[in-house]
Amino acid sequence: MATTPQSAPAMLSPRAASARRSTRASLAKLGTSALIYFIATVVAILFMLPFVWTIGSSLKPITEIFKFPPTLWPQEPRWQNYADVFRIAPFGRFILNTAYITAVAMVGQILSAAAVAYGFSRFRFPGRDPLFFLVLSTMMLPWQVTIVPTFLLFRFFGMINTYWPLIIPSFFGGGAFYIFLLRQFFMTIPRDLDEAAKIDGATSVRIFWNIILPLAKPALATVAIFSFIEHWNEFIGPLIFLNSPEKFTVSIGLRYFTASSFESDEPREAILMAASLIVAVPPLTLFFLAQKYFVRGIVTTGLKG
Amino acid sequence: MATAAPTRRSRFGSPLQRREAIEGYLWISPWIIGFLVFSLGPIIASAYLSFTQYKIGGTPVWIGLENYRQAFFVDKQFWPSLGRTAYYSVALVVLGVSLSLAAAVLLNQNIRFRAVYRALYYLPSLTPVVALAILWRWLLQPQVGLVNFMLYQVGIPGPGWLTDRNWAIPALIMIGLWASIGGGRMIIFLAGLQGVPKELHESAEIDGANAIQRFFSITLPMISPVILFNLILGVIGSFSVFSVAYIATEGGPNYATWFYMLHLYYNAFSYFQMGYASALAWIFFVLIFILSYIQIKLSNRWVYYEFS
Repeated sequence: MATTPQSAPAMLSPRAASARRSTRASLAKLGTSALIYFIATVVAILFMLPFVWTIGSSLKPITEIFKFPPTLWPQEPRWQNYADVFRIAPFGRFILNTAYITAVAMVGQILSAAAVAYGFSRFRFPGRDPLFFLVLSTMMLPWQVTIVPTFLLFRFFGMINTYWPLIIPSFFGGGAFYIFLLRQFFMTIPRDLDEAAKIDGATSVRIFWNIILPLAKPALATVAIFSFIEHWNEFIGPLIFLNSPEKFTVSIGLRYFTASSFESDEPREAILMAASLIVAVPPLTLFFLAQKYFVRGIVTTGLKG
Repeated sequence: MATAAPTRRSRFGSPLQRREAIEGYLWISPWIIGFLVFSLGPIIASAYLSFTQYKIGGTPVWIGLENYRQAFFVDKQFWPSLGRTAYYSVALVVLGVSLSLAAAVLLNQNIRFRAVYRALYYLPSLTPVVALAILWRWLLQPQVGLVNFMLYQVGIPGPGWLTDRNWAIPALIMIGLWASIGGGRMIIFLAGLQGVPKELHESAEIDGANAIQRFFSITLPMISPVILFNLILGVIGSFSVFSVAYIATEGGPNYATWFYMLHLYYNAFSYFQMGYASALAWIFFVLIFILSYIQIKLSNRWVYYEFS
């Protein structure tokens, strides 16, 4: 009892000092993390501002679009601009065309990439590893090098101004990125499952269809999402292969829009912004719905970006 | 003689192995066909076409190296277009890769709502290129565009951007940065940063290294392979720049953004000079190959591989 009052101050002082020190340290830490949040938020605003500006512009009436100083948001939003997109150009048609090409190409890409990935991950054959290396190296091949002969090839078969050139390549391997992604995933599926099925007399087609594909759903979802965005956003293919407006996709449809918009007297910038946003909405929405598949896909392959 | 049978077997395998090999080839056959028809075939075909004069509808006429001579010594836009492309590419890759890394470092801090920030940074990279170009043309509109309005607010008279010869490429670089900083490259960096062992940082911290020293002597060497990867892909991607310039400026004003790929595209699909365009494609192919090779060779000096 007697020692307590004596030792208490002696014990207290280093503790108090350390408490003071830790307060200072935690204040500094708080300052640093406040700074981090501040920077992170400013960067986020810089990335988002163009979108906000475009949405604001897309709702401006003609009287406001060229007004100075410009406003971020119109006083009287004109939703009619979005309806005008479909009135001025056959935009509904463009959307349907793009949806059709995207859907068919997606199916081809998923199926053929999965089949090829299955071949590379489950079978032993001479030259397998060099061939797989070749698959990967085609990712480095710029499209420009092959575009002229590819164009001539499709022209030879009378496929210019049809959807075939935009669809057929998807059915043949479906792109190195997807093959690689699926092969990496298939390697993680235990072989015991296929071995057991093989003993029961299952063919490789059955194993592929009934075992591998159902187990690979997350990876297939990743492929589906990237494939959707790739085809929806595709610009160069439609630009080169399609000529008649009724076959246009949204990408080249938009351009056709800009060309015609500057010929008329009345400014159509607002409508053009509305149209651009309509085109951008599907990929952006898909991203919000399926964020985890994106990150996983990019991280496993270290590609696509 | 006695060893003949086993040798045969080991070369061609047992019937079971042979069966497996045939099945394997069948499964990958879509890719093999696709590779032959849409990659290897066209590469060879364009090599052949590059030695011919070929206007669509006619027949290819062998002219030897004439197309290459044309490109190097006659074509007034060949070297300038390559120069513009190099300017655009170097600026975009250097700024883009460092800013992506900076953004990844920022998101790798111990912050809440990381997924939200990451999503907001990533969104621009998903915008379709046509929408991107149209949207930015409007943002950079000299009189009432957001960018010049903001500059006006702080007392700086903004340039004409895409309508100004000197500012058109910087404008395209800015667009490229907005669209790529937070994209796949940042996500790859983020994954790389998360792979740096925490113990290294902790022991360096005990030794008294501050955050900046730790970044340069631990983080940077540990992720240097990822940096190399992003540099190589960045150079290929930015040298291939086409769509955004084609839509936003159509190569103008007065050829200011007439990049190499626009030159190739117009030669092929506007002037229908398929032979000449093929020569341009092959020059590009060789150039990309050399640039990638140089980067890999130089990487020995700065890339650190943990297990080598």
